[in-house]
Amino acid sequence: MSTATEVVTPGPPRPVRRGRTLKRNRETRVAAYLIAPTIVLLAIVIGYPIVTAIIQSFQNDPGLNATTGQFVSGGFAGLSNYAHWLLQQCMDASGNTIACPPGNLGSGFWNAAGVTFFFTVVTVALETAIGTWFAIIMNRTFRGRGLVRAAILVPWAIPTAVTAKLWYFIFSVAGIANSLFQTHILWTSDTWASRFAIIIADTWKTTPFMALLILAGLQLIPEEVYEAARVDGASRWRTFTTITLPLIKPALMVAILFRILDALRMYDLPAILTGGGGGSGNATTTLSILVIKQVRAGYNSASALSTITFIIIFIVAFIFVRVLGTNVVRTQEAQQKGTKA
Amino acid sequence: MSSVTAGSSTAAATLGLSRTAVRAKVRVRRKGTAQRVRTAISAIVIVIWCLLPFYWMIITAFRDVGYTYDTAFWPTHVTLDNFTTAFSTALGNHLGQALLNSLFIGVCVTAIALLIGTFAAYALARLDFRFKGVVLGLILGASMFPGVALITPLFQLFTNIGWFGTYQALILPSISFVLPLTVYTLTSFFREMPWDLEEAARIDGCTQGQAFRKVILPLAAPAVFTTAILAFISSWNEYLISSQLSSDATQPVTVAIASFAGSQPHQEPYTAVMAAGTIVTVPLVILVLIFQRRIVAGLTAGGVKG
Repeated sequence: MSTATEVVTPGPPRPVRRGRTLKRNRETRVAAYLIAPTIVLLAIVIGYPIVTAIIQSFQNDPGLNATTGQFVSGGFAGLSNYAHWLLQQCMDASGNTIACPPGNLGSGFWNAAGVTFFFTVVTVALETAIGTWFAIIMNRTFRGRGLVRAAILVPWAIPTAVTAKLWYFIFSVAGIANSLFQTHILWTSDTWASRFAIIIADTWKTTPFMALLILAGLQLIPEEVYEAARVDGASRWRTFTTITLPLIKPALMVAILFRILDALRMYDLPAILTGGGGGSGNATTTLSILVIKQVRAGYNSASALSTITFIIIFIVAFIFVRVLGTNVVRTQEAQQKGTKA
Repeated sequence: MSSVTAGSSTAAATLGLSRTAVRAKVRVRRKGTAQRVRTAISAIVIVIWCLLPFYWMIITAFRDVGYTYDTAFWPTHVTLDNFTTAFSTALGNHLGQALLNSLFIGVCVTAIALLIGTFAAYALARLDFRFKGVVLGLILGASMFPGVALITPLFQLFTNIGWFGTYQALILPSISFVLPLTVYTLTSFFREMPWDLEEAARIDGCTQGQAFRKVILPLAAPAVFTTAILAFISSWNEYLISSQLSSDATQPVTVAIASFAGSQPHQEPYTAVMAAGTIVTVPLVILVLIFQRRIVAGLTAGGVKG
């Protein structure tokens, strides 16, 4: 309130600025109290596990030392837990470093990383393309638009675990997918069929959500821009590529970023739809599934893998934001201002 | 790709009309019948996309187990047996208990997240302070955090302190993704609120408490309510952490459905699972349809997946 009086009194701009700084200082103090509980709670539920995981990832698993027969309680392991995953290095019975035998979880790392990236690229690409189309349709006026906008929320609202079971039924050997197309595909156990089963189920569930985010961006484009394009005789495709796409780019990029980060940690669908494996046992094993498989086989190794997963996601997000210049916070603020106006 | 092209190109021509919904000023233009038909067909495709698998789940849920693989697209051999089977505990399934567990966990997580998140959201939306961008970035980053990175330490910690399979072992990790979502969505909502009205009420003679109670609270209630729905749904739908940290007595519905056992060891009880899925999903879908407008606003404002 003190600032208000200061702003009103005519004079040099200096006291005004000082008033603003004072107000800012005061508000910083209040804000600190208001935000503290959130930060403290997040530090407990996210900060603590992360720090613990990083510390553990440099520890040895406790166990019997093969040469001495004595129980050892772990100790500093250096980077061996990371080497286990990244370089497929295992310990043999006498503690020497050897290449992991096939079937060891360590040898599944690059496969899991490949599967995760494959799912991410294919599902996000499909969801973006189809989602953009959905959004463009929903942005028009037609009778029954309310119904479409209500229907779009249904796949989003269904729990992923239920979605997985539903598609498990649809893709069962005698299920509707096979009988509809007169095929006999082993959707949940064939290597590539099981991968596509997951891609189809994920695309079904997430495209509507993507469409909603893109629609929010579309609704900000002023009609005048299209009028101008029409007057200039621009073709429809040209209008789309030179007007619609550049203008929805910020909203689109934020939506894609969120989806990529989400797809990289995919767990529920492959874990339930194909029992985590599919095909020869690891056709649909994502990084998250590999971590869960490892948790019961050794904490420290699992910690290293979850840290690797976390770093991969962080790097992808960093590259995405840097290279494509996505400013998540600013884009969302702009969108809110736009919808307000 | 070709459908994307066609859809977008007609959009350019008809966008003038779609704008009329938003701005009444724009004059109505005549629209070609061909275009109208194309829009209608596209709309039908979207509705079928969204509803067909859901519809299939529901009619299977009402289908006699002997006709599990019936291909008719309308309800046939209608029965309620599957729902009885779904709730039966004879085969070691605890759907009824799981529903109560999910409800309890969801309510606790939502209440904690809202209680704490509202303060943070108010500060982020209304106050001007240093490190605001950092705090926002931190909270957004937290919501994108892979749940799998929390599992290993938590699994070990909860085993050590005897929390494994308890409710608090399921509630606490859920807060890690529900709280950021709550703060972010509420912040967007609070930014849009007409805070000038508070000042106006004060000028009209309200005390600060009255202004808060009679003006701000009723205005904020829908935003808080919508955020509560989003928080509850994201907690209700959680699977990864619960599948690792819950016991038979505390498992939520997602875990119960994923591990639903049938009478034959190698035969999936599809119709009963579809019945269970229907029970879990239909209340959620009804909730979402009732509050459709506000939920869409919340989703696109927060931009965070629920």
